[in-house]
Order: sequence, then C-alpha cells, then structure tokens
Amino acid sequence: MLDAKIPSGPIAEKWSRHKFEIKLVNPANRRKLSVIVVGTGLAGASAAASLSELGYRVKSFCIQDSPRRAHSIAAQGGINAAKNYQNDGDSVYRLFYDTIKGGDFRAREANVYRLAEVSENIIDQCVAQGVPFAREYSGYLSNRSFGGAQVSRTFYARGQTGQQLLLGAYGALMKEVARGNIEMFPRREMLDLVVVNNRAAGIICRNLITGEIERHAADAVVLATGGYGNVFYLSTNAKLSNATAIWRAHRRGAFFANPCFTQIHPTCIPVSGHYQSKLTLMSESLRNDGRIWVSRKKGDTRPPHEIPEEERWYYLEERYPSFGNLVPRDVASRAAKQVCDAGHGVKGGHAVYLDFRDAIRRHGRETIEEKYGNLFEMYERITGEDPYQTPMRIYPAVHYTMGGLWVDYNLMSTIPGLYVIGEANFSDHGANRLGASALMQGLADGYFILPVTIGDFFAGSGPAGIAADDAAFDDVEREVRDRITRLVECHGRRTVDEFHRELGLLLWDHCGMARNRQGLEKALRRIPEIREEYWKNVNVVGSPGTFNQVLERAGRVADYLEFAELMCLDALHREESCGGHFREEHQTEDGEAKRDDDRFCYVAAWEFTDVGAAPTLHKEALEFHEITPAQRSYK
Amino acid sequence: MSEKTMNLTLKVWRQEGPHVKGRFETYAAENISPDMSFLEMLDVVNTRLEQAGEEPIAFDSDCREGICGTCGAVVNGRAHGPLSATTLCQVHMRHFNDGDTIVIEPFRAEAFPIVKDLVVDRSALDRIISAGGYISVRTGEAPEAHAVPVSKRAAEEAMDAAACIGCGACVAACPNASASLFTAAKIIQLAKLPQGNIERRRRAIAMIQQMDKEGFGSCSKHYQCEAACPKGIKVSFITAMKSEYFKALVSKD
Ligand SMILES: Cc1cc2nc3c(=O)[nH]c(=O)nc-3n(C[C@H](O)[C@H](O)[C@H](O)COP(=O)(O)OP(=O)(O)OC[C@H]3O[C@@H](n4cnc5c(N)ncnc54)[C@H](O)[C@@H]3O)c2cc1C
Ligand code: FES
Repeated sequence: MLDAKIPSGPIAEKWSRHKFEIKLVNPANRRKLSVIVVGTGLAGASAAASLSELGYRVKSFCIQDSPRRAHSIAAQGGINAAKNYQNDGDSVYRLFYDTIKGGDFRAREANVYRLAEVSENIIDQCVAQGVPFAREYSGYLSNRSFGGAQVSRTFYARGQTGQQLLLGAYGALMKEVARGNIEMFPRREMLDLVVVNNRAAGIICRNLITGEIERHAADAVVLATGGYGNVFYLSTNAKLSNATAIWRAHRRGAFFANPCFTQIHPTCIPVSGHYQSKLTLMSESLRNDGRIWVSRKKGDTRPPHEIPEEERWYYLEERYPSFGNLVPRDVASRAAKQVCDAGHGVKGGHAVYLDFRDAIRRHGRETIEEKYGNLFEMYERITGEDPYQTPMRIYPAVHYTMGGLWVDYNLMSTIPGLYVIGEANFSDHGANRLGASALMQGLADGYFILPVTIGDFFAGSGPAGIAADDAAFDDVEREVRDRITRLVECHGRRTVDEFHRELGLLLWDHCGMARNRQGLEKALRRIPEIREEYWKNVNVVGSPGTFNQVLERAGRVADYLEFAELMCLDALHREESCGGHFREEHQTEDGEAKRDDDRFCYVAAWEFTDVGAAPTLHKEALEFHEITPAQRSYK
Repeated sequence: MSEKTMNLTLKVWRQEGPHVKGRFETYAAENISPDMSFLEMLDVVNTRLEQAGEEPIAFDSDCREGICGTCGAVVNGRAHGPLSATTLCQVHMRHFNDGDTIVIEPFRAEAFPIVKDLVVDRSALDRIISAGGYISVRTGEAPEAHAVPVSKRAAEEAMDAAACIGCGACVAACPNASASLFTAAKIIQLAKLPQGNIERRRRAIAMIQQMDKEGFGSCSKHYQCEAACPKGIKVSFITAMKSEYFKALVSKD
C-alpha cells in the first residue's frame, strides 16, 4: 500500500497543522537551492514565480516560444472558489463535497479539502495581480454556475478566464525573470529526467531552435507539463500538449496513477473531416442558458427549425430534472453518445443541438451576447453557422485527464525531489473533474501548496549536490540521443501523424466514452503492433540538429505508443464504472455508472517495468471519513 | 458543410535559418475542403511534402482556437489573412476560391528575427512585459478580493485591453514595425485598475524604453495595427499610453 502522508487531525485543520509542523528552510539557505520547473501553464508559472519570491533559484522551461502561450491560456469558462459572495449557501465544505461527489468518490479527501480551502486565496491573489474578472455594477465580482454544482461560485473574465489568469501568473513569472532570479528557457522540450541515488537531479532537454541537447541540474524538479489528452490525437488540448515529460519520469520510477481516468467534454464542435487537426470546446458555461436536445424521431433529416417543439427531446432535462442541462460532464457526454448511438443525433449522425432560442427570447439577444459573444463568434468562424439563428451542433470530445503521476499530500511523486503539479498529477478530481476546477487546482498547487511543501523536503534532504557533468547525465543524454537517431534514421514510409491518428482512433473506439473487456483487449493487442511498426516504418524528414517540428512530434508519438498501453491496461483492470470511466459491463439498470467500492476504492498507481511488459500495480486505499460514498444522483 | 473541394497555388516563404537567404517556393494545394482551417490546409500540404521526403513548411501553432497567439503569417499581404479580428488558425478555407493563388510570408520586423520559414522569434515582446507589464504583488500578500471594489466600467475597459494575445500581428502590419499597440494594451489594462495604479508611472516608462531598445519603430499613426489585430485592440490605447508616458516623465514619484 502506498502512503500518501496525509496529516493527522480533523479535516479542516490538516493543512494549517501541516504547514505549522513541516520544517522550514531559512532565507539564506533558500538562495543556495535551485529548482527546475518544467511548464509555464497556470501550475508552472505560479509555482516558478512563488518559489522565486521565496528566494529559491529557479529555471523555468516551456515548449512554446513564450511562457504566456501555455495551454492554460485556452481555458474559457471560469475558476471556482468557495467565496460564497452570492450568499447561496456555498462554503469550503460544500466545494469539497461537490468535488468529491463529482469525482465519483475516487479522490483523496484531504487533498480536496485543502483545495477548497485555498480556493479563496486564489481569487484574492489574481485580483491583486490585475486580472479583470467580470464585475457587477456595484463594483463587486460576478459569478456563474457550472455543471455539478447548485451554487454559483465560478469567477470568470468573459470567455477568456484561462488567458487572464495565465497572464497574471506570467506577469508574476516575468517580474522574477526581471529580478534575475528566474532563468527562462522557452522552446525547450524536456526529453528525460535524471535520477541519481533515488533523487531527481535534473533534466535533459532539446533546444527546439538549434536541436542541441542540453543538461540542467537542480536540487529539485517540478513537472507542470499538463495533461495527456492528445494521446487520442483529436482532443480539445492545444497541439503542443503532450505526455512526454510525465511518461519519461514514469519510466525513471515515478508511479502513474489512474491513467484511464480521462474526461470527455460534452460540448465540443463535432468532427468535420478527415483532415481535422483538433477539436474546439464550446465552454460548459453555455449550458447555463443553452438547452440540449435532439429529435425524438430517429434519423431525422429536417433542419432544426422545422422540428416542432413536441418532437424535440430535451433528454437531459427529462432524465435529470434537478440538474437538467447542468449535470456533470461524464453524465452529459454519455447521454449524448447514447442518444446518437440510438439514431437520434443531428441528421442521424454524431451531434446534438445546444439551443439558445429560449434564452434569447427570455433575456434578449444583448444579454446573451454579453455573456457568450466571443464563444458564439468562435462557433460561427469554425462552422460558418450563426448560433443566434440556428442551434449549435455539439458532440463530446476528449478534454482533460484526471489521471497523472501519483503524488503524496506534499505533491511529491514516488521519486524523491520530483514534484508534479497541475493537470500532470493525478490529484484532486477523482474519476471526473467538475468544470472550473482545473484552473483552481493548478493555481492552488503552484501559488499556495508546492512552495510550502517543497521546503519540508529541502529541510530534510538538503541540496542534491549533483552537477550536470555527472556520469548519470552522460548516460541519460546518450539514451536521448540514441532515440533521436533511431527516429531520424528510420526512413520509413508513413508519416508521424498517420500513426498518431491510427492510435487515437483505436483509443477513442475502445478506451473512450464507453469501454468493455473485449474492446480493451483488442486495443491491447493492437497497440504493440502499431508501436513495432512505428519504429520500422516512420518517416521523420529533416535533420535532428535544426528546428524540426516533425522530429518533435515523432518523439511525442513514440511515447504515446508506450503510454496508451498502460491506459488501456488500467481501464481493463478497473472492473467497475466510475466517473468518466464507464465499463459497459458495470452499469445500473437505468444506465448510470456503477461503482464497486468493495473492490476498487483505491488509486491504482502503476510502476514501470519495461516497454510491453506488465507494470506493477500499487494501491493507495481511499478512505472516506467525511463523506460516505453513495451512488451519485443528479436526478 | 459543403462537399466541393478547391485547388489552390501557394507561394510560400522558405528560409532555413536566420542567417540564410530566403526565397518563395510554389506548391499546389489540391482537394482542399472549404471547411478546413487555413492551418489544416497547410497540414495537408505538409503531409504531401513529408510523403515525398521533403521538409515540410515550418509554421507555429498551438491552440488553434485564436487565443494563444502562437500562429501568424502574412497572407496575401495581410497579417493573419483576409478576415478582420481573426487569427490565422481561425480562418477557414471557405473564404478562398478555387484557383486562387495565396502568398504566405512570415511576420517581418527587425525585432522579430526569422527562425525558419514562417516561424519568427518574438521574445522581444516578453522582454517588454518583463520590464514592467505586471503588478508587483507577491504570492500571499493580496487582500480580500472584495476589499477594493472596481467599477464595472473600469473592469470592462481593462478587459478590452487585456484581450491582447501577444501574437505580434500589430508589429508585422505596421510600416514602422512598432510594438506600440502591444505595449499600450498592457500599460492601459493595468492603469485602468486601482490595483495597478501605484506602479503606473514606473511601468509606462520602463516598458516604453524597453520597446525602443528592442528595435521596434515608433508610432506615426498609420493605424494598420488595429486593422490587423485579431482581438480588435483599439488604437485609442496608444493615445492613452502616450499620455501616461508624458505624465510619468513630468511626475516626481
Ligand atoms: C479548451 C479548454 C478549455 C478549458 N477551460 C477550463 C475552464 O474554463 N476552467 C477550468 O478550470 N479548466 C479548464 N480547462 C482545463 C485547464 O485549462 C487545464 O487543465 C489547465 O490549464 C492545465 O494547466 P497546467 O498548468 O497543468 O498545464 P498546461 O497549461 O497544459 O501547461 C503545460 C506546460 O508544460 C509545458 N510542457 C509540456 N511538456 C513539456 C516538455 N516535455 N518540456 C518542456 N515543457 C513542457 C508546456 O510548454 C506548457 O508550458 C480547459 C481546457 C481546455 C482544453
Ligand atoms: S494557434 Fe493559438 S492563436 Fe492561432
């Protein structure tokens, strides 16, 4: 059994007690300690800035040409916090409760409580940074509702909340760069982790402009590299999002937790053709005012305005009267798949309507425009259709990954000195994340949790004392170079993207919204075959010693081809349905997810053995002292 | 959705590196669906190049949703292509016609050295922000969010400016290659908010000096920047920035 090092005491006191009990590093010693932070999204940028403010010497890395462009920038809808400004009964406890329940009782209570607790500080911090959150005429902050909650606790900045929060964190980061305390390395890709004497000692990167392989040593390494949704090829993630950093760390000894817990977002623009390069999310906030429906008639080819009211099937409102269109994501996605599989989708295909007709009638076009104008514009740009006139067509798409590297209460992985924050860890969302909670978690980890807990590690373990010319760096660098050479010298006939698409489709079919033993076993047979072919038949043009985007993608896809197997294996082993993990064999009579708490009330943390070999399963038992696990109901 | 496809001719700027001479190369883009995005059209062309063992056209992109500011090229003489208030990744091929010739070049400016083909180095923009484009609050120092109310109007105006995605189209569109719109957007966002008030003078001077140091030109009111800006950032911010700057120069603090 894995020990999460959860502090003792009542849940509401754990974090403050822990902060008091852990050891501190004095300011003079902090200056002698260096930390590598990989990633400049909300988690990485906030962590790098906060660590630097404390006096640690920080090296910050990202793939994009500027830290401001990390994938977090794309988050639209908002960020949760238990401020209870609406006086609608919200509290730290309720946010904690909603998150545990929304995660279908597969998250760690102590972490989630802490997350809810620090959520309030996040809003304070961001406002002080100049984040222009939406406000009322009174001058106070506005809120909206998100799925899985009956209170209004989501803060937002038009439809660009992630952008504004990230620019706040990026500002904090650049302030520290200006102070000379953070060294910034954009256009760098971490390709491996260096571990010496069972402690993280640094990373190997590729300079994406020159192709040079670089070594960076530090006293601790923080991975804030985001989620792995792009393993599916098509997802709402940015094109550069990838799994390489966490997968390489996994291969070096960091356990990977619940890799099969992926979130399929219900409201995305449907696939339009084979050339599709990514999918676009339409923010969940739209479900506040938009009504989801399909035709009651199967294979109905009439345009939406010709389908009379009595033939419109508002299936979410019918099936879940108390949450209606605001049921959690996993529930909404599955319902869309079910009605489409049954032939009710738009023109019999894979799309449902998200309709604003009634909202426009009730509130007027202007109000709707003020709330969602930029989202409507984005929809029109992509589809050529005007959502003020005709309902949006939407369908679920891969969006977020709840799984990730296993971390203890201090956010440290199973490799001492290696911390994992943000979407990259398996963290706080259990088997399903509630909307507007990822931004909250990334910033909680980066601003308020990691900067405290990392001190405890340093106070106990001191500096790593390993320089970048250590033999361990030689070995890892050689392996990195060998892999690159193997890729460019393959001279095969299929492009990197062809392989990636093939893998993605396989996973979408068998490890997507619904999973079953037969499908997973099929995927598990097929993945090693694709992987084997990849290393014989991939075509990577261009040279490794230059700016080479094909090579960049080739490395990421090579890692997906290893990681995908673990994902399917995890899905196969978890013989229950919970949250986003829906095993068709395990459902209630009315088609809802059926957990098996007797057998699966644990975090599955996998230890790497070898490529293609069975990983070792370690379990962290989940104990619920506050909230008794129950069948989730949103009816 | 339409089923018809188009055939296009692309004239694309190819340049191996910053110190190598570049040239236009011509490519056929065949069977292009009108529902493709511009970048998906380039993906299709690149796949064909890769299959032929040739190096694909290097171009930057990430979110492909118009928010990260990573993409951008000058298409037929216009930064981000033919649509107003739209990043290149959000331009769809339905805005082109069968048989069109499309000229594609990088964002050109002295302060944006070419990395490869359509990829440029925009790190000068980061250095402008680093000079002062933030409020110097440390983590943990913040007061309760409602301690300082902010008028809805100030919040909205700050948001209008904060919408800048830092893509650099304003620089590419400006005959002087000025970064005034970019710099003004950040200065004005923070000047509008009470939280940003204390540092506003220092900020304006530091950021403007950094902009000059990076080799960006100055603003002589061509206002091509606003026309090219995918987020519709207004040139009135530049006027406001100049006034911030002069106030800062004469002030004593
Ligand atoms: C379209 C969309 C909308 C969303 N909307 C919301 C919302 O409204 N509310 C909400 O709470 N959540 C939302 N989410 C989820 C949320 O945005 C993400 O979970 C969150 O931003 C992840 O932040 P992060 O800091 O963990 O990682 P990211 O922002 O993904 O950043 C990852 C960083 O790591 C770097 N990196 C990755 N690999 C390497 C490597 N090998 N070497 C070097 N650097 C590397 C990248 O360059 C980047 O800087 C949304 C997600 C999407 C896709
Ligand atoms: S790729 Fe992000 S704005 Fe175009």
